[in-house]
Amino acid sequence: MTGKLRMKNVDITNLTIKEASKLIASKQIKVKELVNLHLGRVKKLNGKLNAFITICEDQARHQAEKVDILIAQGQKLGPLAGIPFAVKDLFSTKGIKTTAGSKVLENYVPVYDATVISRLKNANAIIVGKTNLDAWGHGASGENSDFGPTHNPYNLKRVPGGSSSGSATAVASGSCLAATSTDTGGSTRQPASFCNLVGLKPTYGRVSRYGVIAMASSLDTMGHMTKTVYDNALILNITAGKDEFDSTASDGIVDNYAEHIDKGVKNIKIGLPKEYFDGLEPKIKAAILKALKILEKLGAKIVEVSLPHTEYGVAVYYIVQPAEVSSNLARYDGIRFGFGREMFGAEAKRRIILGTFTLSSGYYDAYYLKAMKVRRLIRDDFINVFEKVDVLICPVSPTLPFKIGEKNTNPLDMYLADIFTVNANLAGIPSLALPCGFIDDLPVGIQIIGPDFSEKLLYQVGYAYEQETKWYERTPKL
Amino acid sequence: MSKVKSHKSPIRQAQGDPESIEGSKVKIDIDYVTKLANLNLTEKEKKTFEPQLEEILGYISKLSEVNTDKVEPIGHITGQENVTREDEAKPSLNQDEALTNAPKIYNGFFEVEAIFEENSPE
Repeated sequence: MTGKLRMKNVDITNLTIKEASKLIASKQIKVKELVNLHLGRVKKLNGKLNAFITICEDQARHQAEKVDILIAQGQKLGPLAGIPFAVKDLFSTKGIKTTAGSKVLENYVPVYDATVISRLKNANAIIVGKTNLDAWGHGASGENSDFGPTHNPYNLKRVPGGSSSGSATAVASGSCLAATSTDTGGSTRQPASFCNLVGLKPTYGRVSRYGVIAMASSLDTMGHMTKTVYDNALILNITAGKDEFDSTASDGIVDNYAEHIDKGVKNIKIGLPKEYFDGLEPKIKAAILKALKILEKLGAKIVEVSLPHTEYGVAVYYIVQPAEVSSNLARYDGIRFGFGREMFGAEAKRRIILGTFTLSSGYYDAYYLKAMKVRRLIRDDFINVFEKVDVLICPVSPTLPFKIGEKNTNPLDMYLADIFTVNANLAGIPSLALPCGFIDDLPVGIQIIGPDFSEKLLYQVGYAYEQETKWYERTPKL
Repeated sequence: MSKVKSHKSPIRQAQGDPESIEGSKVKIDIDYVTKLANLNLTEKEKKTFEPQLEEILGYISKLSEVNTDKVEPIGHITGQENVTREDEAKPSLNQDEALTNAPKIYNGFFEVEAIFEENSPE
């Protein structure tokens, strides 16, 4: 068979890492062919979706050739070898422009790689491009990007969620097989759930933050998005682990997250935190309860639990996060790299002012210190509840993907979009978002939250549910 | 709540009684705060931001409902302490690399605007 003939047989919109890796290993497709197919889709769709700020065509082709040579030499490579990845434009990539979605860094080309990037490169993954985002990670819709909004592939008039807007759209549109993302208050889970994807917010410290442009350092986690739960676990196998460049990266043992993923949920206790369901939009509630029924049928036990400080999460988050943002963005002065502070967009300015104010003399106790106390109560809620149950299941977003322009005139409205996601960041615990169906042709997601370093269990529960439903098979019509 | 002009140390404050954030009538002195943050805002931006920020602060003030009298503030959540490494020199960025993105350089240094005024020697 010639390369061309083989290529025609592969529908990349439905392809997973697991399948692509098999095709590569069995020499049914060359890495270069796989990468070209994805680059073709990136270029064809970017005018419509605006998922990518930078397309790395030459670098991707060059890398693909190198991996093909390694394969031809008979070298044994891991499951990410030759897999086309998109990278959120907050991750520093050596020699590839890294903008953070902001005009401040429009011309910035890092001279080093983030740890996540160097680990993916060592695993021979291929970077096809850098994805659009709410500037600096500030937003829940993608509309705060200085490079224009990204569109949801399931409905172009709607937002893909944010801040990892371009990463979600890139994977959902079949422009790549996975994407890196960050999650400070929901920036991986909410776009994943708006785009029918699996998104992991790991435990704080599970994945190194080194080289990723910092938003709020005590909350930032490095996640990723994929079409399936299994694919997601494969990536954490590579990105997790100690890093000498990030002293908050945990030196705890890294599991093999993909191994025993099909263990099932028999006798697993799933908690339903009632605070996440009171007043929830009835259609979203119904979709989640249906998912729980399936897990119950598979042998899980469902119990109602309470996390009494849930309602204070957004208030704590909008003190802690802008405070840390104001400190992290203080370094942008246009002297060593990038442009000056006059180039910050409205949302960054708002958060810098808010954070500077709450940290300023005379207000620190009333805001930051108070928030750090309530933050402990929120974490204690989770610690207490995980004595009774193994994991929690709850909604990711209070709404379906909303229309572009619908919320961006009122910042507080947009902040409240984070209501179900911020508490996992405040507590530092992991959460896996995954699809649980469609309402009016728009994707809906659930999140499975577990105790510190319980990613393996989250994948097992998510996998059991996914095998029964396979929502990932429903790809967007583009 | 009025703006406190004295410069109390945050550490000292942490030991004292937390101030109340009850009520939603907190005013931000936007000129003072933008000066602290080294931002220049247009009059139009100030007019837009002021009510937005006050609305956000109003929302945040709901934390005053929570009794935190006996709660220790959370410092960090990893539980890790004193992560150190050997103090050994290792390869890192060289001078050229470090200067690659600088808009202005001079003899291998970052060039900045002068911050001292010239004085004629007496």
